[in-house]
Amino acid sequence: MGINIMFWILAAMAVTGALMVVNMRSLFRAALGLIMCFLSIAGLFITLSAEYLGIVQILVYIGAIAVLIIMAVVMTREVEHSNLASPYKLPAIASALAFIGIAIWAILNTKWPTTVIANDMIPPLQTHSIGQLLFGQDGLVLAVEIAALLIVVAVIGAVSVAKEK
Amino acid sequence: MNSIAPELIWAIWLLPLAAFAVIIPLVRPFPGKAEPASYFSIGAVGSSFILSCWLLISVWGAEGRQILVNGPTWLNIAGGPLFNFNLLLDPLSAVMLLVVTAVSFMVQIYSRAYMHSDPSYRRYFAYISLFTASMLGLIMSANLLFTFMFWELVGLSSYLLIGFWFHRPSAIAAAKKAFLITRIGDVGFLAALLLLYSNAGTLDILTLNSSAVTAVLSGSVLTLAALGLFLGAVGKSGQFPLHTWLPDAMEGPTPVSALIHAATMVAAGVFLVGRMFPLFEAAPYALTVVGIVGALTAVFAGTIGLVMKDIKRVLAYSTISQLGLMFLGLSVGGVWVGVFFLFNHAFFKALLFLGAGSINHATGTFDMREMGGLRRRMPWTCVCFTIAALSLAGIWPLAGFFSKEEVLAAALAQQPVLFAFAILTTFLTAFYIFRVVFMVFAGEYRGSQRLHESPKTMLIPMIILAIPAIASGWLNANGGFEGLFEGHVTHSFWEGIFGLLTHPLAWISLGAAGLGILIAYVMYIKVWIKPDRIKGELHPVYAIITHKYWMDDLYENLIAKSLLYRGVFRAAQWIDRVVIDGAANALTSITKVFANRASHSQNGALQLYAFVGITGALIIALVVLLI
Amino acid sequence: MDIGLTHYLVLAVLLFGIGLYGALSRRHAIVILMCIELMLNAANIMLVAFSKYTAYHQFDGQALVMFCFVVAAAEVSVGLAIIITFYRRRKNIDIRDVNLLKW
Repeated sequence: MGINIMFWILAAMAVTGALMVVNMRSLFRAALGLIMCFLSIAGLFITLSAEYLGIVQILVYIGAIAVLIIMAVVMTREVEHSNLASPYKLPAIASALAFIGIAIWAILNTKWPTTVIANDMIPPLQTHSIGQLLFGQDGLVLAVEIAALLIVVAVIGAVSVAKEK
Repeated sequence: MNSIAPELIWAIWLLPLAAFAVIIPLVRPFPGKAEPASYFSIGAVGSSFILSCWLLISVWGAEGRQILVNGPTWLNIAGGPLFNFNLLLDPLSAVMLLVVTAVSFMVQIYSRAYMHSDPSYRRYFAYISLFTASMLGLIMSANLLFTFMFWELVGLSSYLLIGFWFHRPSAIAAAKKAFLITRIGDVGFLAALLLLYSNAGTLDILTLNSSAVTAVLSGSVLTLAALGLFLGAVGKSGQFPLHTWLPDAMEGPTPVSALIHAATMVAAGVFLVGRMFPLFEAAPYALTVVGIVGALTAVFAGTIGLVMKDIKRVLAYSTISQLGLMFLGLSVGGVWVGVFFLFNHAFFKALLFLGAGSINHATGTFDMREMGGLRRRMPWTCVCFTIAALSLAGIWPLAGFFSKEEVLAAALAQQPVLFAFAILTTFLTAFYIFRVVFMVFAGEYRGSQRLHESPKTMLIPMIILAIPAIASGWLNANGGFEGLFEGHVTHSFWEGIFGLLTHPLAWISLGAAGLGILIAYVMYIKVWIKPDRIKGELHPVYAIITHKYWMDDLYENLIAKSLLYRGVFRAAQWIDRVVIDGAANALTSITKVFANRASHSQNGALQLYAFVGITGALIIALVVLLI
Repeated sequence: MDIGLTHYLVLAVLLFGIGLYGALSRRHAIVILMCIELMLNAANIMLVAFSKYTAYHQFDGQALVMFCFVVAAAEVSVGLAIIITFYRRRKNIDIRDVNLLKW
């Protein structure tokens, strides 16, 4: 029951944060909304018994990405109050609503398999299990390596793009 | 003597081909004198000549007078016949081989001197080797398909050699003309091949001939096929109405004219009819057409020869006329009569051309009005040329007499009208050739060059060719030549030579020839009758003849310019420009307008792109969900 | 009513829809980038939810989310670098000015 209440609170926080991102005039407040959204999503991960992911979400999204975004916002301070709508506001609303409608309709009309994993079946050491899956035998080591390469390239690329000429 | 080995028979035509292959890429880099080119070429054709002699003897001794050499399979049509590149050697092809190799041999030796200062010396020998190889292949092949291929190859080499001095516009025009006009005949040849193939299922010469005899092929198919083959022969042999290319072909080097446009290639038409003779015999209408066309051409070209000022043009029209007589001989007397004429004609006509070349070498011109009196400065040329002229005129006992006699006798037996044409031709021939002889060698020199006799390299081939020009007719004196084709018909040698003189026919022909010579003598030596007076009195006739019966004008102005250029081609051009180009242009301009409009949708607004992409994805999702 | 798979999915769809709306309708490039992050997170929620409720192997979805993190980090770093560069040139980060790639 506690989980149910948690879900509703977190869901409301997430949606509010998302709406803040979209609607706040000030970029800085929009970024704060984003952080709120990330935080509540981390909470939602925990309600889904994915505690490790929740932690990583906070570390990566809030600790790195959101901070980076706030840095960028601060660096482009001269463009204040510029979170304005583009000429495509109406088409954007229409397509977003259409997407939500179609997706919810599809979700509600699909028979999902109901193999809920009971809480006592979840192994206590999630980190260990994910580690096994990523690095263990028959695991996803190659994908991990490729992801590592990707982020290295991205960082180098970012440096070289943003470097002062 | 042993019979010749098959490998050596192959060598007869492969040797000149090898010479061509060697000269074209290898000899070119040799600096300075280009002697090796001619050595290769002459050596090859000389060996071919010796092998041809051996081959003729072998054919004589072979069973059925025929040697068939199996060759590689060239084409294998599933469910159809094999196209084997076999060689068929019978008396006809053996004699032709001898003629071609002998004349080619002499002409090439002559060319060494005639062409010695030409910068394209090697190219000349390469082409002439190519020609010799293709001509020999044409003669030997046992399948009409290969005959046709070599037929086109000799056409190609003829084109290359007529246009040999390609810096002269007239040579290029003449080469093009020769190529195009013979092509008209070749269409007939090709059509005949297709007709024969679809009806007989093979192009093997022996099979075709025997199926014509056994009436497997008959009726209109046979007649049409024979006429098609004859159309090819008409084109190649310069018969009316496709003769106009041959006089223009004289733009090539004179030895080439001697070899290709007098002795060998133009005789290929006669050879083709001879090769397929059983087929023609089974189609009497076609054979009649052959005779009529031959007779008409003989007289027609003979009259034009009367008025030409250019010595080579006279000889060219003479060649056309004599080829007409060969076709007449084929038609009325059978293969051996036509081929005997061809055999003799090749030697004396080649000699006449080589003589003309020798004269040109000294005087630098072909215009007879700038010659005269050459007998003192060029005695050897004069003697050789006169011998050949006498032979051409058909004076006893030179070669031309005997072959012409056979044609006349056969024509008289078959059809008096054709005989009348042949006698008229005899008269015309004697007149125009002695007009040349008298204008060139008699009287006083009218030109401005320092005259000199030609070098030995040119004279020796001429002197050697003078021997067959005198004596090649004697080969049939004891019935030998006829016997080669028809089985043994023997009478004694001396009877053969003198016996003819007891027939009135011989005196008719000799009389006609003598009359021609006499009139030429009267007009050009004694000048009792001034040529100009005749020109004036017979002006309308003279005009017709000097304009060559307006055949060139007919082809060029009426057919080519008016009908084709102004009519068909202009219509085709209109269709091309308006319909085809118009369609293409319309397509491009529609595309352009559409693209201009459409490209404005690429306005660089990222969010519009994203919107369009999302919309597309949603539509796809809807479709997937709903279906 | 117990919270189930559907709830999480609907929540994810809502977040994604808001992100989509923002990405399409805002002028500011950084906001667009933030909206893209929102959409990625929505996808992550779905992955984890499926991982809990329907997966045969419980951690497959979570492992995929790890890779999503990596991609998101890479994307943000490069995207921000581009935005900063653009800002230096134009003193402006209006997405409407980023329209050189047109006809």
